[in-house]
Amino acid sequence: MTGLCGLMAEDIKTAQELAQHQKSISISEFFEKNRHLLGYDNKIKVLLIIVKEAVDNALDATEEARILPEVYVKVEELDKEKYKIIVKDNGPGITKAQIPKVFGSLLYGSKFHKLRQNRGQQGIGVSGAVLYSQLTTGEPTEVVSSTGDGKLHRYKLKIDVKKNEAIIIEEDTIPNEGKWKGVQITFVCEGIYREHKQSVLEYLKQTAIANPYAHIIFDSPTGRAEFQRGVEKLPPEPTEIQPHLYGVEIGMFSRMLHDSKARSISTFMQTEFSRVGKQTADEICKKAGVDPVTHPKRVTDEEVVKLVKTIKETKLMRPPTDCLSPLGEDFILNGLKKELAPEYMAAVTRPPSVYRGWPFQVEVGLAYGGSITEPRIMRLANRVPLLYQAGDCAITKSIMGIDWKRYGIDADKLPTGPVAIFVHIFSVWVPFTSESKEAVASYPVIIKELKLAIQEAARKMQLYLNKKFRSVEAAKKKEMFRNYSDELAQSLAALTGKKKADIYKILMELAEEMYISGDLGGEEGEPVIDKSTDKKPKAKKKPVGEGGAEGEEMEEESEGSEE
Amino acid sequence: MPERETDKRIIKKLETEAEEIINMAKSKKNPKVSIPLRGLSNVYFDKKDKIIKLGDKQQTRTFFNIGQAKKFMQTFLVANACKEIIETGKTTSIRDLYYMTKHTIGETEENTFDEQSESDPIIEDIEVSFDALREELHLFASSKGAIVGDITIVDSGDDIDCRKQGSGGHAIPSICEADVIQFKECEAKYVLFIEKDAVWRRFNEDKFWKKHKCIIIHGQGVPPRGVRRLLRRMTDELKLPLYVLVDADPWGLYIYSVIKQGSINLAYESVRMAVPSARFIGLSAMDWEKYKLPKEVIIRLNEEDKRRIKEILKYPWFQKPEWQKELHYMVEKNVKLELEALSRKHISFITDTYLPERIEKKQWLE
Repeated sequence: MTGLCGLMAEDIKTAQELAQHQKSISISEFFEKNRHLLGYDNKIKVLLIIVKEAVDNALDATEEARILPEVYVKVEELDKEKYKIIVKDNGPGITKAQIPKVFGSLLYGSKFHKLRQNRGQQGIGVSGAVLYSQLTTGEPTEVVSSTGDGKLHRYKLKIDVKKNEAIIIEEDTIPNEGKWKGVQITFVCEGIYREHKQSVLEYLKQTAIANPYAHIIFDSPTGRAEFQRGVEKLPPEPTEIQPHLYGVEIGMFSRMLHDSKARSISTFMQTEFSRVGKQTADEICKKAGVDPVTHPKRVTDEEVVKLVKTIKETKLMRPPTDCLSPLGEDFILNGLKKELAPEYMAAVTRPPSVYRGWPFQVEVGLAYGGSITEPRIMRLANRVPLLYQAGDCAITKSIMGIDWKRYGIDADKLPTGPVAIFVHIFSVWVPFTSESKEAVASYPVIIKELKLAIQEAARKMQLYLNKKFRSVEAAKKKEMFRNYSDELAQSLAALTGKKKADIYKILMELAEEMYISGDLGGEEGEPVIDKSTDKKPKAKKKPVGEGGAEGEEMEEESEGSEE
Repeated sequence: MPERETDKRIIKKLETEAEEIINMAKSKKNPKVSIPLRGLSNVYFDKKDKIIKLGDKQQTRTFFNIGQAKKFMQTFLVANACKEIIETGKTTSIRDLYYMTKHTIGETEENTFDEQSESDPIIEDIEVSFDALREELHLFASSKGAIVGDITIVDSGDDIDCRKQGSGGHAIPSICEADVIQFKECEAKYVLFIEKDAVWRRFNEDKFWKKHKCIIIHGQGVPPRGVRRLLRRMTDELKLPLYVLVDADPWGLYIYSVIKQGSINLAYESVRMAVPSARFIGLSAMDWEKYKLPKEVIIRLNEEDKRRIKEILKYPWFQKPEWQKELHYMVEKNVKLELEALSRKHISFITDTYLPERIEKKQWLE
């Protein structure tokens, strides 16, 4: 289950380093004291985080194994503020030996320098959820898995926080009767279940839109929600790439040096990073005043600082961008259609771009009307819905930076009309504003790409809306003329003694011609035709003083309007 | 009976207009009616006749036009209602007509009219474009104004002795055409129009009309059509001079203007209603000094007054030096006066002294 191990180097650094700095305290104390950093700070949010950790892992695991995901989620209320959470997938499963490692130790699998676009995780991963459960309820977490070898491995485990390893409470292996393969995790933890904008339900709904190839069933305390599969194929697999020098930071650089098998600093840069040739590597070393043949392990801290500084000033090749896997316009449209049943949809996938050495890409889906009655913004990073910190997010800022009214959508900075905006940014390294990974950082190039994608989709939608409103207007006009013609025919019939139906028919026939010629005027005012020019000498027609006796209160109209 | 003739003529006219519209539609022309434009841009002061007249500017109202369709429909709705009223031989108020023609359109929530202020201008449109007077359409507005004096009139067949009308006087009907009102014994030597009914009551209570052999009329502010038509007929048919007594302020001068030259809105009626020979008998702003009134009775001009006076100064009929002097005095001394100010001298100063003296000494403006 490589997805579980897909910890981002940066996360590990932070959490690990933070933990190391506080060696006097145990990792559980660290966890307790730093819950807020990892998102476990709010009883409502906690249920979402745990489901999210498990479901993201399930989707990563199934996709990597090229299996169409079947995900079952259950949230059951056991007691006041005490819940049982079950997440089950149909992925490749985890071997018996791996289970205690993956679930029983925090920060497992930290040596990881290869990068690829995957879901990554919140905070410290699924073992954080195990620890949170045991801290709040004292209950172990149950993991059941089968890799399809006919056996079912079942563990009940906790985490020994001093040793950072699993305490196995129960363990057994039984024959697997069915053909099921995958992982099922059961947590018992504290929390509060709600169904608002930042809920498990909303997260699963957005996940269903962004992953239309997944079939998701959710049994919640209020009933079952089922998200059907919309497409029967997986998106292309993203490929791994090495990090790019532009994206490197001092801490990461020195750790990579330490772990490297390269014999010199120059070959280190050539082999561990994306698109660095000998010439470039040597040039960087020379400019930084570091001997290119220095063994990586002997590079001093000062030299690391100089090297990283020099890298930023050196012109480098852009990283490859073919490592990214977009959902694609068809998948986005499929997801929007099946979950939102809109009247109109448009999707745009931008070509890849690069920020700080990391390739990234943006895609946008817009859905209008139909079952959508109010604005809805869906922010996603690497196919994972972001539900918190909307205000800090580059996606929200980009949406606010667009003049929606121009595209036919009512707005007060953010749209207020019936439109759903689906924005997906994906990268081997999505920059977030904070550890809890809930808002995309606002790099200018990212904002630019986001806006271009949204605008392009909005333009498509605008064409539709213009046409729609034009025909609505035209229908309204016809209706108006029909009604007025009926009234007029009535009056003319009474005045002339002719048949109303005949007069109405004549008027409607003329109406058809008028619609076709489009000659229906439009200005509210009435044109004034001055036929008098040659009849009366102008000199005789002196206006009666400017504004004359027509002043507002000096009208004669009051006559009779009382009574 | 001329009334019958008129009715026939109007009905014929309305029917012909409706036929025209159907014919236009038949020949695939956008149905239209031409309506003389009422408003400042289409009135002029006829120096010879000394009245405000309607110009020849027309507005064309077409049916298949988003902005005009409703008004077009309303025009014939009202035209037909008028025809129905004429055929019953009754007369009705313009408010009645509003209710008669107000209904929802088809299946919609929309009304043919939302306010009487929408249907009133349509009536005027019909008056001017079909060349039918309001009376001829059997419509009347509310009655305003009263008459007492040394005259007997016939109102709808009843003899009204205007010498015996108590304190309130005889209410002047909205329609004062010859078929409604006829004049009988008249001893009066002139007609006095008074702006305010309260002042008119002073004149009536003091039996001013008896003493000075005249007719006194008020119009409760700006006189309605009926009052104006009556004033005009009295000057025409009884050959009586008309004096106008109003406050010394821009509003008073406006009322005088309307009586004398006609109004912009009803410019098409000036020929029948204006009294170009009307004389302005008071109040003059200069009366404050002339009659040594205390300072407290003066009212200062507000911004609106000043603006109005500036406009009035340009009116063609206020160009005589005496008028210019009067107006400039008002501005320079910052003075306006109400008729009641004269009561500071004593309660009947206006009837005992002021007015007889003004008329005797011919202290009027024209």
